[in-house]
Amino acid sequence: MSTPSKQSWTGYVDVNQPDSVSGSAKIAPHSPLLEMRGVVKRFGGVAALSNVSLTVGESEILALIGENGAGKSTLMKILGGVHAPDAGEILVEGRSVHLRSTSDAGKLGIAFIHQELSVLGNLDIAGNIFLGREPTFGGPLKLISRRTMFEEARKYIEPLGLDMSPDTSAGLLSIAHQQLVEIARALSQNARLIIMDEPTSSLTPRETERLLTLTRKLRDENNVSIIYISHRLNEVEAIADRVSGLRDGQNAGELAKSEITRDAMVRLMVGRDIRVAVRDAETDQNAPVRLEARGLQTPRYPSEKVSFSVRAGEVLGFAGLVGAGRTEIAQALFGIAPATGGEIYMDGSPVQVKTPADAISHGVYLIPEDRRHSGLALSLPIRENISLPNLGAFATLGIIRGQEERKMAEDMVTRLNVRSALQRGEGGANAGQVADAPAQSLSGGNQQKVVLAKWLAMEPKTLLFDEPTRGVDVGAKAEIYDLIRGLAANGVAVLLISSDMEEVLGVSDRIAVMHEGKITGILGRTDFSEENVMRLAVGDALSGKVAG
Amino acid sequence: MFSNFRKETGIFLLLLGLCIVVAILNPRFISATNLQNTARLIGMYGIFSLGMGLVIMTGGIDLSVGSVFALLGVLLSMMLVDWHVSPPLAVFAIILAGMILGSIHAFFISRVNLQPFIVTLCGLLFYRGIARFIANDETKGFGDAAGVESLKQIGVGNFLGVPIPFLILLVLAGLLWVALHRSIYGRYIFAMGRNEEAVRYAGINTRRLIASVYIVSGALAGVASLVIAFYTNSVSPSSHGNFFELYGVAAAVLGGCSLRGGEGSVVGILLGAALLQVLQNLVNLLGIPSSLNFAVMGAVILIGVTADQLLSRRHTA
Repeated sequence: MSTPSKQSWTGYVDVNQPDSVSGSAKIAPHSPLLEMRGVVKRFGGVAALSNVSLTVGESEILALIGENGAGKSTLMKILGGVHAPDAGEILVEGRSVHLRSTSDAGKLGIAFIHQELSVLGNLDIAGNIFLGREPTFGGPLKLISRRTMFEEARKYIEPLGLDMSPDTSAGLLSIAHQQLVEIARALSQNARLIIMDEPTSSLTPRETERLLTLTRKLRDENNVSIIYISHRLNEVEAIADRVSGLRDGQNAGELAKSEITRDAMVRLMVGRDIRVAVRDAETDQNAPVRLEARGLQTPRYPSEKVSFSVRAGEVLGFAGLVGAGRTEIAQALFGIAPATGGEIYMDGSPVQVKTPADAISHGVYLIPEDRRHSGLALSLPIRENISLPNLGAFATLGIIRGQEERKMAEDMVTRLNVRSALQRGEGGANAGQVADAPAQSLSGGNQQKVVLAKWLAMEPKTLLFDEPTRGVDVGAKAEIYDLIRGLAANGVAVLLISSDMEEVLGVSDRIAVMHEGKITGILGRTDFSEENVMRLAVGDALSGKVAG
Repeated sequence: MFSNFRKETGIFLLLLGLCIVVAILNPRFISATNLQNTARLIGMYGIFSLGMGLVIMTGGIDLSVGSVFALLGVLLSMMLVDWHVSPPLAVFAIILAGMILGSIHAFFISRVNLQPFIVTLCGLLFYRGIARFIANDETKGFGDAAGVESLKQIGVGNFLGVPIPFLILLVLAGLLWVALHRSIYGRYIFAMGRNEEAVRYAGINTRRLIASVYIVSGALAGVASLVIAFYTNSVSPSSHGNFFELYGVAAAVLGGCSLRGGEGSVVGILLGAALLQVLQNLVNLLGIPSSLNFAVMGAVILIGVTADQLLSRRHTA
């Protein structure tokens, strides 16, 4: 086996000991740049990836598509050395490699351009490009040689069209320019494979166009391969040499260049049976409208006006891709980030919602997306978490009546079947002991029940659920669905924001689908299908019959 | 709650042990005069330590109290001596002034979103400068008018042999104990110290809560400034109350308050304040050079919090 030349990127593979089994004898003349074979990854009992394979050729742009939660991020984290796979093999130019850390990936020439950029705003452009690899002088003093660094930096940023001095503070750059700095950093590390994760989500159409052009240039002139992850199918259509789809943690198929069409990609992403039991009872179409939003504007999408209404006893699903503006709607309705325009009507009369207290006074409660950060004080007892918004009901002149608070918390723990690891211990535990345990001792699903318990004690009229089953195991999911349907059956109006396709199709009465701040369509039960939701979610109109 | 109890027990045992050692080495420690005097000092320092502890429980800090004592002390002297304000009105005015200063801190912290450390550091500098300016940098006294003489009992008087400052401390601590450990207000304060975001999502006005602790701390600083001024019987604006804010922080931290917020108890703060005064007393009684005073205090605080950290680590492991 000949020693790889300094230029070859396999020359940097000193992290991975020459693997005795593979790689040694026969390197195929045209081994693909990257090959992932039979990758399996489980988190707890949940299989995030089962037997996934992926191949990237030399100088190829491969688009990776799939719904939220299909396993794209997990697969890329394995490639980045963040997660170790439970099974499977990764080959780089035909040689088996083990990625144990992000720096291993870097040494193999794999670079990431993340959705949230990692540019340090307090360093200049050159400092960001060479962070951790600064050219030095002065021997052991390791003083940074600024001139060398600037000269080197210029070599990388100029071809990218970043026409700025390398000593410009990176914090002053636009998102698009910061992205170029990250690309320059990747190239300076001799990257041969760049993974771009939703690179255009914060870019203007013009900047997007420029990035697509640059991506082709990287492929054609720098011989770099790209894994391009995007929900924007028109971009994928424009740029991809090949498309690979993931669905439920499995390979869903591939499309060659000539087969890439929007229809084909939508089919690749969806197309499976709904496993959540669809309810049979029809909701009362004559029930009064509980909550209505007219022309609601949110800080994130200031120019979009969103209108919808929810009847008492109805579950209105909100589907869409991450960043479509759904959470912002919930936060506006709950007063966390008040609407910048439009009106909110509660039972037919206009209301002002400027703070959460305003929303609560109208019986509108939010189960937030990030329960660990916003929903619970994890280190406090479950009891104190449950009673927090409702302490006035258990107090005389501001002094808490401990017995009553305790009883309410125990009742809630029993009613919602909050299960704690305590109960598996010797002799089990009663509801009181569970209620006294800190919230962090519970599993995700049981934590979510505690968040819900806070509001159930306060006679909800409208509940806003934001991703209620994220990080929740299957059993607890079913219990939460039952709770949601049970609340609706008792006349509560429910807004269900969910990126889980089965959930939103299985639990909702109607589904509003959002795309980049707009409601692109509201589906009635007869129009429920994954394909319809996905089309609306990527911004396509449906054929005729579905009104917006 | 359990961890509070454990912390309180720990510092109580430390205090008790220290008292026994000092009493053995120098029996004068348990003489009536010495106990009375120590109790007076515990009362004086304890009052504003309660306010400091409350602020620290929300994750904040109030560095301004020492300078507040100088400014309010100078104002008190001017009211009583120069302007002949009636003593009850002067007492009321000083406490109100303390609350107004607290409200100013509260405004910058909860509305302008400045960091408590910075806002109250500016207060520390600003009030000291104003105090020296309005007093012409001269030491101010209180004269000996009849009404003033009885007012001084706030600082130097006894009731049934118990120093008045100590009694004031017990009453205020009792009120704060109910507020912190039995009322909705206290529940919100502790919850906010753990996760402010979750409290906001529960529909509670966290800004108003944060503002409230600086106002309460200001009111307690007002009460303490009366006690301190009458105890020293004169206010020298450049040195009056110097470093007192740090005694408050030390008492709160020794008593189990975490500077990250969300932890602490009224009993703990009382024990912390008492421990600091016993240490001072120890330096005097055991003939340790008084120049070592701060060094002893620093060492004991460090030992205390280190022991607590090591014990709690073992406890959770």
